[in-house]
Amino acid sequence: MSQAASVNAHAAAPTSYLYYRHTLPVRIMHWTNVISLTILLMSGLMIFNAHPSLDWGKSSYTGRQPLLQITSREAPNGQLVGITRVLGHEFKTTGLLGASTNAEGKASDVAFPHWMTIPGFYSLADARAWHFFFAWLFVINGVVYVLYALKSRHFQRDLLPTRTDWRSIGHSIIDHIKFKHPQGEDAKRYNVLQKLAYIAVIFVLLPGIILAGWAMSPWLNSIFPGWVDFLGGRQSARTLHFIFAWTLVAFVLIHVFEVIISGLWNHLRSMITGNYRIKGTAHGGQRE
Amino acid sequence: MEANVNKRQFLGRTLTGVSALALAGCDRLNMSPWFSKVLAVGESINKGVHQLAGGRVSMAQEFSEADLSPVFRGNGSINPDDGAYRAMAAENFANWTLKVDGLVEQPTVFTLAQLRLMPRRTQITRHDCVEGWSAIGKWTGVPLAQVLALAKPTAQARYVVLHCADTYGTGGSKTPYYESIDLEDAYHAQTIVAYGLNGKPLPVANGAPLRLRVERQLGYKHAKFLARIELVESFAHLGRGKGGYWEDRGYQWYAGI
Repeated sequence: MSQAASVNAHAAAPTSYLYYRHTLPVRIMHWTNVISLTILLMSGLMIFNAHPSLDWGKSSYTGRQPLLQITSREAPNGQLVGITRVLGHEFKTTGLLGASTNAEGKASDVAFPHWMTIPGFYSLADARAWHFFFAWLFVINGVVYVLYALKSRHFQRDLLPTRTDWRSIGHSIIDHIKFKHPQGEDAKRYNVLQKLAYIAVIFVLLPGIILAGWAMSPWLNSIFPGWVDFLGGRQSARTLHFIFAWTLVAFVLIHVFEVIISGLWNHLRSMITGNYRIKGTAHGGQRE
Repeated sequence: MEANVNKRQFLGRTLTGVSALALAGCDRLNMSPWFSKVLAVGESINKGVHQLAGGRVSMAQEFSEADLSPVFRGNGSINPDDGAYRAMAAENFANWTLKVDGLVEQPTVFTLAQLRLMPRRTQITRHDCVEGWSAIGKWTGVPLAQVLALAKPTAQARYVVLHCADTYGTGGSKTPYYESIDLEDAYHAQTIVAYGLNGKPLPVANGAPLRLRVERQLGYKHAKFLARIELVESFAHLGRGKGGYWEDRGYQWYAGI
């Protein structure tokens, strides 16, 4: 933002007012994503529990060790010990991975615990039904979002970094490290790191999850074999689907963290009613 | 500061409470019949989109000898304990037959020797289990189309039901395994009644002496210990009416994903 604009904005702005930040379609699609991605993650973890290991390549039985394996063994005292092996390293993960307490309070040898899965008891069949339904809800929501974002110029206006954004990238990194957030008029726009994160998630990570998921379908593999090979084979696609899903979880954790430290209630209100409160300060909209 | 702590506590408790309610709610929804029907829309879209994307003729990917899995994993019934099957296995399946009946003009019984004399097809394909694992094997068998050509399905026939010699469960609740596929899949070039795996007779763990290969679908469709093929107009009268042992227990009939 230019110095002049922010000074003018400051001069005209009352000390505090509501700014219409998120349009109704964006709000609806945001919360549709929250619901469908939560259910996709949890039903996906149940599907993973049916075969709790990850391999690289075309098949699971190549003679090589799995990249990740979650299993359990019985200790001499009869207690169930959860074991997680990552790239040849073994960790005891009792209570969380491999061995945990189920909903009835009994020791259970599932990979991911019941409170992380849908349904909350072992059922591959039911988890698949949940997963496919909400996968289609998520895909349709995503396609509508991209069309809307281009048509309404939400993408060009709010997400695409401007030349000024690119120049301020060093500044933005330092601001993030110091947990400093744009105030006043500057808070109306996304900062450059935020823009880049959203673009990466919308156009790289989410399509990647979908493509890696579809690569596990033998029927789709018969129609587009090249893309399964491109991902390294069916078991690699399964591994990538898992890694992308957890990368998305990492994004959500950072996203929610940033929302909390930069004004939880203000952000929540703006994603529900659309209105975001802009506070005029002594420094107006100037970035420090 | 005080207010902030209270706000935070309130938020934390609300989140915990809402998650617990949501989880319990999901499990309750999971058990309700109407919600299962809603979720099943996902399966219908999968099937519709897959058919639109590739029609019915796309060929499953085939692999090279170098890709073969060192050991082809057996899963599900890997050694049926049914008396009749055991007796057949003891004599190396010398008297095993494959019966083809139902909506056909020419009900036919094939011996293994007859099947081996028919045109054959060998294919190296990847077997994808619904659980998530895959194994690559070389299958040899008779195209199902050849078997059907001799039995001549009638115009009413819409599905091919595979009846198997293995059972699931114990005692009085013993249930024979069965599966079903539609005619397009039945006549697909890679759909074979396999009697060989990796150049040897099919091992018991993988469905000896005969199993179906229907390559574009998940493992549970590939019925093992195949004893009878029945052509039907509808599978509503079989088992619990969903078209297969696992389908009767909640799995999708369309197993292309």
